[in-house]
Amino acid sequence: MEWHRRNVLGLSDFHPEEMEFVIDTARSMEEVLTRDIKKVPALRGKTVVNLFFEASTRTRTSFEIAGKRLSADVVNFSSGTSSVTKGETLLDTARNIEAMKPNILVVRHSASGAALFLSRHVSCSIINAGDGANEHPTQGLLDLYTILKVKGKIAGLKIAIVGDILHSRVVRSDLHSLGRMGAKLWLCGPAPLVPREMERTGAVVTSDIREAVRGADVIIMLRIQLERQKTAYFPSLREYSRRFGLNRDVFSLAKDDAVIMHPGPINRGVELSDELADCEHSLVLRQVESGVAVRMALLYLLAGGSHVAH
Amino acid sequence: MKKIGMKKTGMKTLLDGKGVERVLSRLTHEIIEKNKGAGQIVLVGIASGGIPLSQVIRRKIQVIEGVDVPTGFVDISLYRDDLARAGYQVRMKRTEIPFSIDDKKVILVDDVLYTGRTIRSAMDALIDFGRPRNIQLAVLIDRGHRELPIRADFVGRNVPTSRSETVLVRVEGTPEEWTVLLKEDPPGKGE
Repeated sequence: MEWHRRNVLGLSDFHPEEMEFVIDTARSMEEVLTRDIKKVPALRGKTVVNLFFEASTRTRTSFEIAGKRLSADVVNFSSGTSSVTKGETLLDTARNIEAMKPNILVVRHSASGAALFLSRHVSCSIINAGDGANEHPTQGLLDLYTILKVKGKIAGLKIAIVGDILHSRVVRSDLHSLGRMGAKLWLCGPAPLVPREMERTGAVVTSDIREAVRGADVIIMLRIQLERQKTAYFPSLREYSRRFGLNRDVFSLAKDDAVIMHPGPINRGVELSDELADCEHSLVLRQVESGVAVRMALLYLLAGGSHVAH
Repeated sequence: MKKIGMKKTGMKTLLDGKGVERVLSRLTHEIIEKNKGAGQIVLVGIASGGIPLSQVIRRKIQVIEGVDVPTGFVDISLYRDDLARAGYQVRMKRTEIPFSIDDKKVILVDDVLYTGRTIRSAMDALIDFGRPRNIQLAVLIDRGHRELPIRADFVGRNVPTSRSETVLVRVEGTPEEWTVLLKEDPPGKGE
């Protein structure tokens, strides 16, 4: 297979073969990360701009390290959303940055579709680093990669995703990556946060965490966004934690070799108990490792093919 | 490369299985002779073509010297000087050098030496892994047309070619299946 893609805006149009291609490239990248000298010249002379309109230390740092490991020049541009009106300023900012001739723009924005919108107006490659409640494709791929490393396959695994499904871009990307590779997905959360329409994706929807976790191979806990508490999707954090938090008692229903994942940052004691967050079943730090490799793979693949589109 | 048997037109056999075997035996002896044994040697095959060759040389060294020399392989994708030229990306291979190359004599192994750019990339990759005592180059076929000041220390066959020709090396399966073919007027791919 050859890679011709110019942007990575979401996983909704990714074929399993393409995802497998990215994962395979990530495996080669991971070897670089095991060396004493963790730097290769592949992207020398290329510029990667991290354009983040939403706070994110982890994803931005991951992209930054990924770019630097490949010898790209990485520039971080962070902007608070408060002072700017979104639509206009987004395009304006992007055009200004484009004038500085970057090769790849990594974009995070609170508005769904922001990355797609930009891709229609700028000529450089775009990687979506999270747009509103739409997609977070690199998270979808790194989750896929992390599970593959531990389980060796995806098809047939029972994977439970628990938390605020409604607002989660991670879920949407995971549905595409894990779902398309043949996992049996269970989505679980308080009823107002788990839309029934999600069943159309082939996933099972439930508000009973025990049902979701029973016999599961993988449990992905989502961060409960504390700021959403004001909207009263659930009565209280304590109540949420009691009904939808993962603790030893609930986890014992999963398979013996089940693993726990979390896109971070964790609210300890809310969605995930302290002891589980640090136990040997937790893959949280493996996810972070996979993230750098997957992002290196995407930067590399886009930098190679970027000029074809013009 | 499996099409070889089907279509002979425009193909010339440079070496058959026996020929490849003999050439590799000689190369191995030369490597051992020049390095006064196999004590300080490590082999690194360049993906993809150099990998099976490095394995054959490793086995031959074991037979001749009774030494199992550390053998790894290197993919040069991340060291290419033409990343954005192809317009698309092909699948990367793995790099695996699970031993220290510090102060070792590294024998870099490839199937065809052409422009020299692959070798340049491979040397850059090796330097990232350590500081070898020296790097030597062993190739099965040297077809000329160098674009960089690079030469091989051990050459199986010198083959004058035109740029429009392609050298196809197959060193997989049983030795009887090994071949080196010269293909004329191909779609335009080299090394």
